[in-house]
Amino acid sequence: MVIVHVVVTVLLGAGVFFTLVGSIGLLRFPDFYTRLHATGKCDTLGAGLVILGAMVYHFFQYPETLLVPAKLAFLILFIFIANPTATHAIMKAAYKTGVEPWRLGEERR
Amino acid sequence: MRKGEKWFGLLFTFCVMAVFWVLLSGIFDAFHLISGLVCCAIVAIISRDLLVNGKSENKLLKSLRLIMYIPWELWQIVLANIDVAYRVLHPKMPIDPLIIEFETTLRGDFSLLTLANSITLTPGTITILVEPERGKFWVHAIAKEPADALLVDQTMQRKVANVFIET
Amino acid sequence: MVTIFWVTSLLIAVTMGLSLYRGVAGPGVFNRVAAVNIIGTKTIALLVVMGYYFERPYFFDIALLYAMINFIGTLVFAKYLERGELWS
Repeated sequence: MVIVHVVVTVLLGAGVFFTLVGSIGLLRFPDFYTRLHATGKCDTLGAGLVILGAMVYHFFQYPETLLVPAKLAFLILFIFIANPTATHAIMKAAYKTGVEPWRLGEERR
Repeated sequence: MRKGEKWFGLLFTFCVMAVFWVLLSGIFDAFHLISGLVCCAIVAIISRDLLVNGKSENKLLKSLRLIMYIPWELWQIVLANIDVAYRVLHPKMPIDPLIIEFETTLRGDFSLLTLANSITLTPGTITILVEPERGKFWVHAIAKEPADALLVDQTMQRKVANVFIET
Repeated sequence: MVTIFWVTSLLIAVTMGLSLYRGVAGPGVFNRVAAVNIIGTKTIALLVVMGYYFERPYFFDIALLYAMINFIGTLVFAKYLERGELWS
């Protein structure tokens, strides 16, 4: 049982680390387009790893119900398809409305 | 659509809805199963041509190649996140954003969707606009190296065209 | 094991607070829409971890439903900001 606890801790810790990196990028980057780079990639994988860790924990703690890990697997698949699509939609709206991208050497926006 | 494909679409939608009903409820007594089958039948009759359009051939080969494409994409997702973490946590923040545009030879709906999703999930690039008539993509890149990997190498376009058997 | 879930949910709540600053102070409307989308995605992960901490299996259904609501909400916002109206 100890090795299951170690694996779940590592997965949850990696998920929280990537989510934290996404949030720090949202605060630190100088422009709207670069902020979407940080959040659209890091937050997807962070949430996916946290849910994967919970799934591994459920397999070994409650091994008689297998429908719940299937529901969580569908949730991971949905997040991996929906988050990049939403990122692309908001970026397309900003580009068509005329938000200017940032070049190296300008000031923060 | 021909008549055989209409019935195939109906049956396929009905089976997918029934699998999701059983998966999400988890209760197996008679009342829930029968009401589930009735609801799935109503939904399948109304929207029978939403999941299946009878235009493409070789569906089984394309599905198998799509399943084989997914592990490479998962590895690219992990590489992308390590790259973003390096750029965020570095004290000097080495970014140099630019917008590039290029053309591909893909024309189908699903293949353009797969390529746009893969570009968003790989290191350093996000899709901005897609023009489906000529296959043109506008892409925002965060530095020079990921933009070159997309423009010059073209590994991703070749892999997606290999999955969907277009030139 | 229960303390691991408690610490994880606390850290996710801290990152939600960091994103809330960008939601309040971001110049313009697009930064705020992106921040709300990110807080929604973190809510899904937080709900799953809370479901294991409190030992209630019904939180996963709420997480699945909120994932869909968040996705549709962001798409509707993007469509309205691009065209100025929802139906043409």
